[in-house]
Amino acid sequence: MSAQQRRLGRLERPALMGVLVREIINFASFWRSSTFSATVEPTVYLLAFGFGFGSLVSTVGGYDYVEYVGTGTVATAVLFSSAFPAMFGTFIKYKFQRTYDAILAAPVDTEELVTAEVLWLSVRAGTYGCAPMLVAIAFGLDPSWGMLLVPFIAMIAGFGWASFGTVIAGVMKSIDNFNYVTSAVLTPLFLVAGTFFPIDGLPQWAQVLAQINPLYHLVELVRHAVFGFEPGADLIHLGVLVAFALLMWRLAIHFMEKKLID
Amino acid sequence: MPALRLRGVVKRFGNLTAVDHLDLEVPEGTCVGLLGPNGAGKSTTMRMLTAQAIPDEGEIEILGLPVPARSKEARALCGVVPQLDNLDVTLTVEQNLRVFAYLYRVPRNERKAAVERALGIANLSDRRDTKVDNLSGGMRRRLLIARGLVHQPQLILLDEPTVGLDPQVRQELWALVDRLRSEGVSILMSTHYIEEAERLADTVTIMSHGKAVAAGTPRALITEHAGAEAVEVYGPPAKLQEVELQAKAAGYSTRRTGTSISVLNANGYEGERRPTNLEDVFVLLTGEEIA
Repeated sequence: MSAQQRRLGRLERPALMGVLVREIINFASFWRSSTFSATVEPTVYLLAFGFGFGSLVSTVGGYDYVEYVGTGTVATAVLFSSAFPAMFGTFIKYKFQRTYDAILAAPVDTEELVTAEVLWLSVRAGTYGCAPMLVAIAFGLDPSWGMLLVPFIAMIAGFGWASFGTVIAGVMKSIDNFNYVTSAVLTPLFLVAGTFFPIDGLPQWAQVLAQINPLYHLVELVRHAVFGFEPGADLIHLGVLVAFALLMWRLAIHFMEKKLID
Repeated sequence: MPALRLRGVVKRFGNLTAVDHLDLEVPEGTCVGLLGPNGAGKSTTMRMLTAQAIPDEGEIEILGLPVPARSKEARALCGVVPQLDNLDVTLTVEQNLRVFAYLYRVPRNERKAAVERALGIANLSDRRDTKVDNLSGGMRRRLLIARGLVHQPQLILLDEPTVGLDPQVRQELWALVDRLRSEGVSILMSTHYIEEAERLADTVTIMSHGKAVAAGTPRALITEHAGAEAVEVYGPPAKLQEVELQAKAAGYSTRRTGTSISVLNANGYEGERRPTNLEDVFVLLTGEEIA
């Protein structure tokens, strides 16, 4: 009986709303700085690589190099605006601000808390993810209808990476340990994603690694949305992003429950 | 139906039994004080009431709802004031209250009025646009309490509500708690300030090492365990030890009072008399050594 009652009360809208409202009101007080870092950082990459490398190579994989990087750094912007805020934000709210103690004393369960926070970060990632593409348009990338899908693709990927960040915050005992994840996981994934150079020039093992890298699939899918879809391959890219998002979401809930409920 | 009932509740952390077969009841409309030294299991008990800790054994019922099975419904009816301030410091007073009006599902058309009412309770109406960072300690604590009341809960869980505050601020908060009780709200308040429990609580449960070692009205507990009067003897440590041994040999309970020794239940014992108090009972039952 009790199991059924609990299932009836899972992922309730008012609970998700409550957590979202808290995030949105808070965001209103720091949106300037986070918008700045989420959009300027990938833009710097875009300009540095686009013009630095662009002076050596004019085309990569058949694309103009600035357009190649402009579409690739959408993934960078998504990663930076979802995984990192999730890692640090979650840990700070848990450990230093004790926000979660207050929220979980209200009629909100850990599952709802995690879901709402990840959802909010994925909306932000969907928005910020478009910044490099817009900059690239200013530098000559031709607008296309497929670009309208980019915010949604970025949102799905952002949901996965925000969940990933929450998993890390849930597993780690200290904020210093985040450095291991940044250096050993995120930086390599960020580099073998086909953002700045095509992966087919890499050794075999790195190419295999790229296939299980959600960022690679995000880069490919965004590029195809902008320059033209390849239905078969893109369904696989989308499938990987959705699977990554679902897996990380459930893991985030699992580890946060372990952390928050004694 | 009591507002809160715990029966045989056990919570273990590895080898440590933080709460050990605890029975506790808060009759509707009363204020129950949960009194005990640090580490007695008060905070763990509080966390179990909101299902932030899951008991290993025993039953918890809040307003007729079994916890943790139907904890979410129970939480919607409870107001929680935590020991550690967890307000959103970059938000204003009003924003903090508004967020909790959402979290506690106050219906849309009542939200504004609920926030105004809470501002009134906290006496912060003219500070509504002040960021929490810029409030004094007393104001923050008032806001923390008002935040827990924004949805007009039937049961309030206060965890050490006045810890670390100035005497003036404590008295102000006592008046606030007393007003809530007079309005018919049920209250469970954990504290290690004896005076607080003596003033506010209808009944007191004294906890030690995770167990309830005594329960009753403050007056009854004092009479039962410490008698009507105590004799207090002052002197150098050697003398105090001698008095302690003598009194114990004669069958009296004693407690150390720092610079003196108090002989409790002092009928027939010669010396300077004083009325007994809840602190005598507390020290007698929870032990003189600090854990």
